[in-house]
This record gives sequence, structure tokens and C-alpha cells, in this order.
Amino acid sequence: MIPPHRRHGLWLAFFLHRLSGIALALFLPAHFLVLALALTDPAALDGFLHWAHQPVVRAAEMGLVFLLSVHLFGGLRLMALEWLPWSPRQKTLAALATAGSMFVALWFLLASAQAA
Amino acid sequence: MPIRLYMLQRLSALVMAPLVLVHLAVIIIAVRSGLDAETLLGRTRGSLVWGLVYGTFVVAVSIHAAIGLRTVLDEWAHIRGKALDAAMWAIGLGLLGLGSRAVYAVTVG
Amino acid sequence: MSDGIDNAAATDTLDVRVWRGDERGGDWHAYRVPAAANQTVLDVVTWIQRHREPNLAYRFACRVGVCGSCAMSVNGEPRWTCRTHVQDAARDGVLRIGPLRNLPLVRDLACDMAPFFDRWQEAGGRFVPSSDRHADIAAISPESPARRIADAAIQCINCAVCYAACDVVQWKPDYLGPAALNRAWSLVNDERDAGNKDRLRAVAGDAGCHNCHSQHNCTRYCPNQLDPGASIAGLKRTTMKAALKGQL
Ligand code: SF4
Ligand code: SF4
Ligand code: FES
Repeated sequence: MIPPHRRHGLWLAFFLHRLSGIALALFLPAHFLVLALALTDPAALDGFLHWAHQPVVRAAEMGLVFLLSVHLFGGLRLMALEWLPWSPRQKTLAALATAGSMFVALWFLLASAQAA
Repeated sequence: MPIRLYMLQRLSALVMAPLVLVHLAVIIIAVRSGLDAETLLGRTRGSLVWGLVYGTFVVAVSIHAAIGLRTVLDEWAHIRGKALDAAMWAIGLGLLGLGSRAVYAVTVG
Repeated sequence: MSDGIDNAAATDTLDVRVWRGDERGGDWHAYRVPAAANQTVLDVVTWIQRHREPNLAYRFACRVGVCGSCAMSVNGEPRWTCRTHVQDAARDGVLRIGPLRNLPLVRDLACDMAPFFDRWQEAGGRFVPSSDRHADIAAISPESPARRIADAAIQCINCAVCYAACDVVQWKPDYLGPAALNRAWSLVNDERDAGNKDRLRAVAGDAGCHNCHSQHNCTRYCPNQLDPGASIAGLKRTTMKAALKGQL
């Protein structure tokens, strides 16, 4: 159960930002190791990429793209909130704009993934 | 979090913001065209631009992730003081090492 | 205090749970309290203390939202109890009244406020005069931009509601917290104050304003409608400018 003091948009935005950040940081070393295979073991890299074409892995990949855009937009939101002296009304508008652009971006990502 | 880390955290974020967009575009193009490893590497190898883009990305992400995880360890694992800063350095240098190797592998080979 | 409740021909009763205990542990105790019109949460606590539990520990003074001593956790949310009406705070007909979060407990509903006031000092919350009492009174226009900012943050009653609402205070106990930082921001914009060098250094340190994640729990709960979250953002900008100029 989420305690009442956390049931609001800005807390949720913080939480998504933190979780996506942690997930990306955990994924990063694995990503680097796989890429380095190009140097040490090109055959293994090719094998990995073939394996990576399986639907489950592809879905996971889209998950990462999702995390990356969540973290990117969440971070831009945070810097705008901290650095621009907003009025409360502007804050609401900015939050709506962020949500809107994220929606568009995700739709675009998913659409292009399907087209692939 | 001391102010210097805060500023480095935000600076690395600003550097990465456009690079993330580039990287997202690369992912989409790569997935869409179904390129295999060889073709991809053929395009990145020997390219100074890709080397610079991903080299910068790796430096910025190492700084950004190290400072970010420092905060997480502080707040959620209650690691404090010297141990906390040691963890931050280990994460940052570790990512920098692995990341540089990866960039080298795909752009120089 | 005129509790008036006993005489108010109350037919309805409230289902109230009060946390009783100290740092070593405690428990929720259930009470039925006569309901009355316009009853505040503090009225309920006082009724229990007068009629059921003479040794119940809690704190209040002004009963009109000025002194800041009556804050408690009401159904999990920090509130000034003297200005919180039962009908707004009850959830499913139940009122759960406990001590504030993030502060050591003295007993029952009374917290030890010492850490909260310590943070206030650590953040440079003390006014540092730039002249002495022989000088003329400084002429500051209430309309000047700096004074407006200082005034917007000044009506803090030290109730610690924001401190109890903040997750960063919970996760990083030496964090200065919203009230102290809001106070520092007010003084940063006070033209008569001469303490900014030390103050900016204090709020830029490891326990300072940069720990804030802009969740704005503080702003959401401040009973005086202050905006500590915006004050902290102001401190982030000001300290950053000072750092870039090499003044920190
Ligand atoms: S805005 Fe900052 S100070 Fe206020 S509750 Fe959130 S984290 Fe705490
Ligand atoms: S800023 Fe608001 S909530 Fe915090 S102590 Fe002051 S009056 Fe209370
Ligand atoms: S009793 Fe003084 S503010 Fe509530």
C-alpha cells in the first residue's frame, strides 16, 4: 500500500525516475560487455544478435528504450522544475506538456518497432 | 549531496540529453533495418564522429550513474561517509573502463 | 478549553485510534468519542485526555494555528490538529492519530522537536544583522522583488509538518529538511541580513538543499500554504551561481 503522503504526481515522477535510473545503471555493464564481444569474439556477438531477435528479447529491448525515454524526459522535467522560476499554473502546463510529449515519443517508438 | 556532485550530475545530464536522442534513433534504425553485426560494425568502425559521440556518452554516463547510485546507496542502503564515496568511484571507474572498451571495440576494433 | 462536547447532546460517536507508547514500542488504542459540529482533531485528543486517559501526552498551545505545536499524524498524513476538522480527516469513519514521522518520540503523541530546530540552526536560519541598533531603520520597500520573495517564505510556524512529510528526511536523517531550507531562503533574500556567505555554504553541503528530489510533499502539506519546495529550488539556483563565481 502506498502511504497517503506519496499518492501524488510529483512523488510518482520521482519514483519512476529513480527506478528507471537504477535499471539503466544495472543494464549498462551488460550492454558494454556484449559490445566488447565485437573485439574479442565476433562470432559470439553475431550469435547474441541472432538470439536478440527473439520476440521475448525484443520486448525486453523495447523495455530498455522505454526506460531510457522515461529517464530522459523525467530528467528534463526535473531540471525545468528546479531552474525555472515557475508559477503553479505554469508547472501544471509543463507537466501536461511533458506527459504529452512522452506519449507521442512512446507511440513513435512502439510503432517503429512494430514496423521492423 | 554536495553541490559539486549536484552540478556534475546536471552537467552530465545536459551533455547526454541530445546523445540519448541520437542513440534512440540509432536503436530504431538498427532494429528497423534488421542490420547484422557485420554491417553495423562496418559503419561505425573507423568513424571519428561515432567514436566522439559514443566516447563522450560513455564519460558522461559514467559520471552520471556513479553520482546517481551514490544517492540511492545513501538514501536506500544507508551507506555513508568514506564507504559511500569509495562506492561512487568504483562504479564510475568501472563503467568508464567497460564503456571505453566497448567504444573501442565498435569504432576502432 | 471549552470542550463543550459533553453538553452538546451528542448522539453520534467517532471511532478513534490513538497511538500510545514511547521509543521502545507502543500500540494503537481504540476510543469512542462523542461527535460534535466543527470538531477539530485536537478537540478529539483533548476529550480523550480529559475523559479517558489523563496521562496521554500531547502538545498544543494556541488552538488557532499560530504556535505550531499541535502537529500530529492523522490517518497517516501530517496535520496541524487544531485547524483540521474531523470530517475532513476521517477515512471510512475512522480517525487514526499518531505522532509525527521523522522525529524521536517523547511519549504518545509528543515528539522531541530538538533535531528539527537543530537543522534550522545548521542551515543558517538565524538572522545576522548588518548594522547595530544605533543605525537608522533600514528602508526596504515591501514591493521590492527580493522582499517579496523573502516575505513569501517568512510565515513559517515551525510546526514540522513538512519535515514529517518529507521522504528525504526519512531516508537521510542529517538532511536539513524543508522548513530550515525555506527559512534560509527567506534570509538569503533579506537585504538587511549579512550572513549569506556562511549560509550558502551550509545549504550547499552534503546535508543541504541538493538532496531534495522536488517531490513537493512539503509544499503539499504546509498548513500555512508556504512553498518550501520552491524555496529549495531557489537555493539550488543561488548556490549554483555562487559556485560558478567561485564564492562558495
Ligand atoms: S520537495 Fe524536497 S524538501 Fe520538500 S518534501 Fe520533497 S524532497 Fe522533501
Ligand atoms: S514550512 Fe510550513 S509545514 Fe514547514 S514548519 Fe513551516 S509552517 Fe510548518
Ligand atoms: S495549537 Fe497552535 S498551531 Fe495548533
